[in-house]
Formats: sequence, structure tokens, C-alpha cells
Amino acid sequence: MFSFIIKGIFRDRHRWLFPLSVIIVSVAILVFAFSFMDGFMMSFVRQTARFDTGHVKVVSRAYSEMLNQKPHDLALLDIKDLLEDWRVEYPQVTFVERINFGALIDVPDDEGKTLMQADAIVFAIDLDPAGDDYHRMQIDRALAQGRAPRHSEEILISDIAFENLNLKLDDEITLLSSTVFGSMTMQNFRISGVVKFGIQTLDKGALIMDLDAARLMLDMAGGAGEILGFFTDNRFDTTRATSLARNFNQRYTDVDDEFSPVMLSMAEQGNTGYMLQVMDYGTLWMSMAFVIILGIVLWNSGLMNGIRRYGEFGLRLAIGESKRQVYFRLLSEALIIGFIGSLIGVSIGALISKNFVMDMSVYQKSSSILTENLLSTTMSMKVVWVGFFTGLLSSVLGASLAGIAVFNRQTSQLFKELET
Amino acid sequence: MKHIALLIAILISIPLAATTPSADTILQEMDKNMITNSSKATTRMVVHSRRASRSMEAISYSMGNEKAFTEYLAPPRERGTKMLKLGNDLWIYDPSSDRTIQISGNMLKQSVMGSDLSYEDMMEETSYTESYSAKILESVTYEGREAWILELEATSENVSYQRRKTWVDKERYVPLYEEWYAKSGKLLKTFTASEYQKISGRWQPMKILFKDELKEGKGTEYIIDSLELDIRIPEHIFSRASLRK
Repeated sequence: MFSFIIKGIFRDRHRWLFPLSVIIVSVAILVFAFSFMDGFMMSFVRQTARFDTGHVKVVSRAYSEMLNQKPHDLALLDIKDLLEDWRVEYPQVTFVERINFGALIDVPDDEGKTLMQADAIVFAIDLDPAGDDYHRMQIDRALAQGRAPRHSEEILISDIAFENLNLKLDDEITLLSSTVFGSMTMQNFRISGVVKFGIQTLDKGALIMDLDAARLMLDMAGGAGEILGFFTDNRFDTTRATSLARNFNQRYTDVDDEFSPVMLSMAEQGNTGYMLQVMDYGTLWMSMAFVIILGIVLWNSGLMNGIRRYGEFGLRLAIGESKRQVYFRLLSEALIIGFIGSLIGVSIGALISKNFVMDMSVYQKSSSILTENLLSTTMSMKVVWVGFFTGLLSSVLGASLAGIAVFNRQTSQLFKELET
Repeated sequence: MKHIALLIAILISIPLAATTPSADTILQEMDKNMITNSSKATTRMVVHSRRASRSMEAISYSMGNEKAFTEYLAPPRERGTKMLKLGNDLWIYDPSSDRTIQISGNMLKQSVMGSDLSYEDMMEETSYTESYSAKILESVTYEGREAWILELEATSENVSYQRRKTWVDKERYVPLYEEWYAKSGKLLKTFTASEYQKISGRWQPMKILFKDELKEGKGTEYIIDSLELDIRIPEHIFSRASLRK
């Protein structure tokens, strides 16, 4: 029976050529689009966690209320003992201390007068090459010139800022910011290296300095603006992160103390949660839209085909086939075309996606979303299944709508029709 | 009868009008009190921030409204930090980096040593008559002192606070309390002066509480421990060279 249907489809070019082509092209586009979205999403999660949010983040309650402003004056202070406790209690998480703050780079001339100034975002991390954060921030990979800081008075600068300020390696710059108590603070640093992360928002004005140097500069003894937590398996999962944060907050957050610690999952931090939701729902909405649009196209194709096969349906009904049988035969044909089309479409989509890399730096100049400049697609079984079932469903949907016409077919006029 | 009543009313109002000076006169009298030819003061600034209270000590010199020099003496972290104002320019010297930086643009909006005062406040023209036009709103008793409430409107766009309400002591012609507003009408800061002392013939507040109303915390107390007015101050103090000395 199956081979009979197959023969029926492929011996009549009109039955398969258009619907199969539509399904192949659409599924290929869909697979490519989803793999690109997944690639974007993975890059966003990876980079956002690495540079900004962690999988979870611990800050003071007061800090959490102004999270996007990175108010280092509301940082957690003297947290060494607490941090040790958390490391024991939550072994599934690697905690790293960070201080992020805004600063003004002041470049002096030979007489010590201001030559140039520029705004900067400073990332203060543990710059021990054997440490976790050194590798997480991929310092060695990001180094475009020079070397990583070996002393607390050395600093790394992003390549765009380095060029804009006409600096040279080993030049001395002064950083201006405010201490945790709000006083102005100035500190001289020597440029030991230039970094290029491939992320536009960082490359235009980031500085990387040693955590202890930042503590000294900001009068932040034993403190950290943010303590980022990364799951040891390095996989972010919203449910796991939210559950961990809930458990932590029940133990450590004191609602009466605005400087008590509070843990936020990545999804709870600023626009990140919104972005994650948009991405999740985006896949769902996009596949639904494709099913509907493809269904309509294939419905029309089915209707055209139905007109062409009007006589055939009449004859099949006349020789005793029921309308239901004809209808289900049409659905079977659609299922086979959908299956074959989806299979080919997924394969083509996967092939296109395989080596696709897009330079997003042009679009990221005014964007604050952290992703790599070079975005590649990410193929996963989810993408394969979504693409495959979208093709299959739309084919069946189109045929099931077009096939309704079979139930209106009358055989009483059949012979008269056949005569003409 | 009507004429007699009118005459009495006029007679009563004449002495009242005579004892209430015009708003402009009040501003002039306030300027006479507040603006000094030169001054030297040792001060303490206690900043009651959201996290903690901190105290800083400084010695300040000023020459009219144009020149001012401040050197921080304590705490150790701030010791040796110096600020110099010359006209519309402001420099800060940081001993740890041995750098002198001119404060300009957005940096002027930043807080001075974490206090409720900004660098812009330090640059502010303190002459009431030059910066504001005034009208008397009402007479009140404030903290046991008879006072007028004056509404001040800035006469130029360059003034940081476009509108002020000031409670002026009727006897001493000094501000007891002020509210500083933005152009939009939003209350930005308050100023509460107390412990007035007459020094070299002028009434001067020995304690001022500044409160940035946009910031959490209990404000900044500015306490003058000693004050000398109209003294001779060597000119070299108001030079950039004195910052690195």
C-alpha cells in the first residue's frame, strides 16, 4: 500500500514538485534561522554570564535595587568569611569576586597636565594566572599586545580605547573614580597589555585591573561589588539557578539589613531575564508562524491540485471508495511529502548552518547586548526536531484543509463530466 | 467716620512698611554678612552616608568669591588632598597619584569627598544679589527666630539652583534655612545653618547641615572650628604651585 502511494505521488510531477519544493525551502530557512538564533542565544548567555551576570550573582540588597548602575558604593564589604561558608555550602558553584566601576582615564603629558580623557568601565578581577577568573575572562586569548599584569599597579586596556588615546605599552595613565564612601580617588597605572575581546561594548572602553588594586583604590577593604557564581558544569539552567537563589536568600538575606547579601539568578538580572524569555518564546512563535504560513501556501497548492484531480476523485468515489478513504489517502500523500521534504530541508538547513559565521560588530556599535562579534550558528537536536515537525505539520495542515473539498464531491454528474 | 478709619489704617501701615525692607535690601544685607574679603577657617565635615558616618578635617582660605584653597588634614587617606578654585576653574590635587586634575564638565556634579555637596556647589557664586531676584513670601518664626521667607529666582541660566526659598533672620540678615530647587521645581538640596557667631562684625554660621534630597543618608554637617575674617593671606596660596607643595 505504501509503495503504491509513493508511486502515485512520484509518477505525477504535479503532486509533489510544488509542495515538496515549498517544504524543503521553508524548512531549510527555518532550520538555519533557529540555529542562528540558538547561536546568538548561546553567545549571549555565555558572554553575559562571563562578563556580567554569572549564572547567579550575589550582591548587597541595596546594590540589587540599582543593579544596572553598578553602584560600587553599595558593595559587600569584609565578606571573606562569608564567601568561605558559601563555597562549602554550595560546592556545585564556583564563586568569583568582581568589582565593576565607571572611571575616567586621564592621560598626562610630560609635565603631568591632562592631555586627554576618556570614560571607561573597569573590571577588577583576580588576575592570578592560576585562578578561575583569569581563564574565564580568557585574558590570554584576549591579549592583542603586551602581557597580563604582574603587579597591582599594572592594567590592561581595550584596543579601541588604546588607539583613541594614542597610548603606548608601558605608558602611565591616571584613573579617576569615587571610593566606596563617595570621595574622589585617583590612582596611577602602567599599561602592560592591550585586550580585544571581540565584544564591541567592551572593546571600546574596558580596563582590566587586579581585584586587590581596585579594593585599595576604592577604599573597599575585603569587599566586592559582585560575587559571580558559575555552575561547575558551566551550563546555565534557569530552574536550577532560581532554586539555588531561593535557597541562598532564605539563609542569608536579612530584609532589615540593606547590606545583607542577596543572590539573583541570571534570569533575574536586569534585561537578561527578559532576553532569555524573548528568545524562548521567539522559537515557539516563529515555528507556529511558519506552520500557519506554510499551511496556507500548501492549502492553496492542495486546492489547485484538487481541481486538477477533480475527475480522479469522482471516479474513485464512483468505483466504491468512500470519501473518508479518499481524504485519508490525501493526508497520507501529504504526510509522505512532508516527511521527505522536511528531511531534505533539515539536511540542507544544517549544511548551510554548519560553517556559517557572521560579523555582527557593525550592528553592535550602539548595542549593550554582550555577544561575540563573530556569531556562528548552533545546531542542536531541538532545532532539527522543530524544523522537521514544522515541515511535516504544515504539509498535513494544508492537505487536511484542501482535502475537505472531497466531501463536497458529487458523483451524479460524473459521466456527463467524463464525456466533456 | 469712613475717612477716619481710612486715616487710621494708613497711619498704622506706615511704620509697618517702614520696618519691612524690600527683598532686594534684604539680599544686600545678607551679602554684607556672608561675603568676606578674605577668610581662613579650620573645618570639619561629617558625612552621614547610607553606609556610615565619616569625619574629615580641612583648612580653607578664601579671597572674596573668586579664590579659594582647601587642604584636607584628616583622615589619613584624604590627608594632603588639596583643592584650588580660581574664578571658574577648579583643580584637585591627589597626593597618592601626585596628579593635579581640573574638575570640569560632568565631574562638577560629583560629590565632594562623598558629602552632600558637589564641586558645582563649591563653584557657586555666593552673592545673592548677583545671582537672584527675590520677593518676600511671608513672615514666620523659625527655630525661635523671627524670619522672612524669601523666594529667589535665578537671574541667569548659569546658576546651579534656579529657584531657592530662604528663611532669613530678621535681626541678623542671615539665612537660617534654605531649599534649593531645580528649574523643574524639584527640591534638590536643603541647607540648615545654626550656631551663628559675630566675627569681625559679621554674623557667620558655625554649623551648617547640607542635605542632598536625591540621596539617601542623613546629610553632611559642616562645622567651622575656627574662623578668621578679613585677614591678609599670601597670594601664593592661590596658585597651582601650592597644590603640590
